[in-house]
Amino acid sequence: MGEAIEVRNLWYIYPNGVVALKGINLEIRLGEKVAIVGPNGAGKSTLIKHFNGLLKPTKGVVRVFGVDTRKTTVATLARRIGIVFQNPYHQFFSEKVWDEVAFALKNFGFPEETIRHRVTKVLRLFDLYDYADRSPFTLSSGEMRRLAMASILAYDPDIIVFDEPTVGQDRFHKEKIREYIKLLSSQGKTIILVTHDIDFVVEEFDRLIVMSEGRIIADGAPREILYNEEILTKASLILPQIPRLVKYSEIPFLLKHKPLTEDELLIAVLGILRGDGGRC
Amino acid sequence: MPIIEVDNLTYYYPGSSKPALANISLNVEKGDFLLITGPSGSGKSTLVRTFNGLIPHLFGGRFEGKVLVKGKDTRYCSVAELSKTVGIVFQDPENQILTLSVEREIAFGLENLGLPRKVIRERMEKVLKDLNIVHLRERIPIELSVGEQQKVIVASIIAMMPEVLVFDEPTAHMDPLSALKFLELVHELNKRGYTVVVVEHRLDLVAKYANKIIILNNGRIVVKGEPRNILPSDIAEECGVDVPRYIRFFKRISNLAKISRYPISDEEAAETLKEVLGYGRSY
Repeated sequence: MGEAIEVRNLWYIYPNGVVALKGINLEIRLGEKVAIVGPNGAGKSTLIKHFNGLLKPTKGVVRVFGVDTRKTTVATLARRIGIVFQNPYHQFFSEKVWDEVAFALKNFGFPEETIRHRVTKVLRLFDLYDYADRSPFTLSSGEMRRLAMASILAYDPDIIVFDEPTVGQDRFHKEKIREYIKLLSSQGKTIILVTHDIDFVVEEFDRLIVMSEGRIIADGAPREILYNEEILTKASLILPQIPRLVKYSEIPFLLKHKPLTEDELLIAVLGILRGDGGRC
Repeated sequence: MPIIEVDNLTYYYPGSSKPALANISLNVEKGDFLLITGPSGSGKSTLVRTFNGLIPHLFGGRFEGKVLVKGKDTRYCSVAELSKTVGIVFQDPENQILTLSVEREIAFGLENLGLPRKVIRERMEKVLKDLNIVHLRERIPIELSVGEQQKVIVASIIAMMPEVLVFDEPTAHMDPLSALKFLELVHELNKRGYTVVVVEHRLDLVAKYANKIIILNNGRIVVKGEPRNILPSDIAEECGVDVPRYIRFFKRISNLAKISRYPISDEEAAETLKEVLGYGRSY
């Protein structure tokens, strides 16, 4: 059926009475790359916690690969959908970086040899191999985030949810995360990214979901959404850097072209400099 | 006299044979807005932990050279004493939260300073308003979103009125609009006379407020100076600093168009773009 995740009229009310989700409808197809943005408190984290059954709907249905999350266990769902949470402190419990990554693999019953191979691979991939014997809690916060990612990716789930992976990462590691997302996507994985890093989104994602106050207020192509003032205001978003520059410049040709990235702006500007752009 | 003076500081965490900081020397003058950036693991957080004595007092390790806060050697002052001058807001607010209400959280430090009840009240009202968190006053801090928690922590520190405010990636967990507003607030505090040190990756939002920038890499200061001169340099790019997109963009077209001065804010970048494209003063 091609649906990785299907959300129907999802409401969620926390035990303290806070209504965090108010009628969410959403389909995410297999192999899709989707970014979810919105201000703090919009319900983004609450929503993704429904994807692996950590939270169950107060009302409505969430299906993952066609299975109602209320009718299965978190452990079963976790095998196919991995969530890399934003606060790595909450995720670690092993004494060594190596064991942290090996933990889920052991639980899922992978053979020793496979575990050794996979742990080595992901630790190298995330520049953590030299820290294999260190305690996760001695890492810098950027390194902790990479460790959180490594321990999920080691067991190779079909859907990977990244909750703010670029926070505290320098440009090199952002590049690395970007490359890794690309790689996962090319392998047919479904990627869901929850982020505030709108510049990262425009350079990598073709579907953007905007949440505000427990609702989805926009769902579509980043270019249309990010040049729409009304949505931006409603979602307390600020423009990514390049659209911001275009907006401040008020140059009609560029406003019409709506460049999102450095490369797109460069092409548009070269057009104007060469004289085939629409100077008015 | 500089308010913070770091003199040839080299520091090793306990059990580590590689220095986390190596031969660091820098001065923070009264009124400065110092921006510290650099790749992850470069020593940014370690450096700011030396400003109020957390290093070496809490972390131990090998500490060579010295850090002076208002002329006092941090090795011989307690963290409590130094905290009256230097207040630090760390990146993970959850680790700094102590109490069960926002009001209590803000009052905690003030009570420890032994201030009269009336003063505590006044300061609390002021910081709640300044940080736009009046509506959160009775909430339980750990139940707030991380961005809101960070504001609560900041409020509790500002309430104690230290002379230097140090922010270690304060906006890491905030949405962009909150980050923008928060950094405006930091700028405002700086204008009101606070000396400010900010560790940040979001240079596009903060660089324009800083009068000094330091780029750290592998525990060393690789370059320091004015943001406008430093950010367009190749060295900034080479050590993985998230140079604002507009600076990268103008560097890329600099062989096609003359860039007289690199911009340091959105507004300046827009002006530069118009200049380059000949949308001159008529606009």
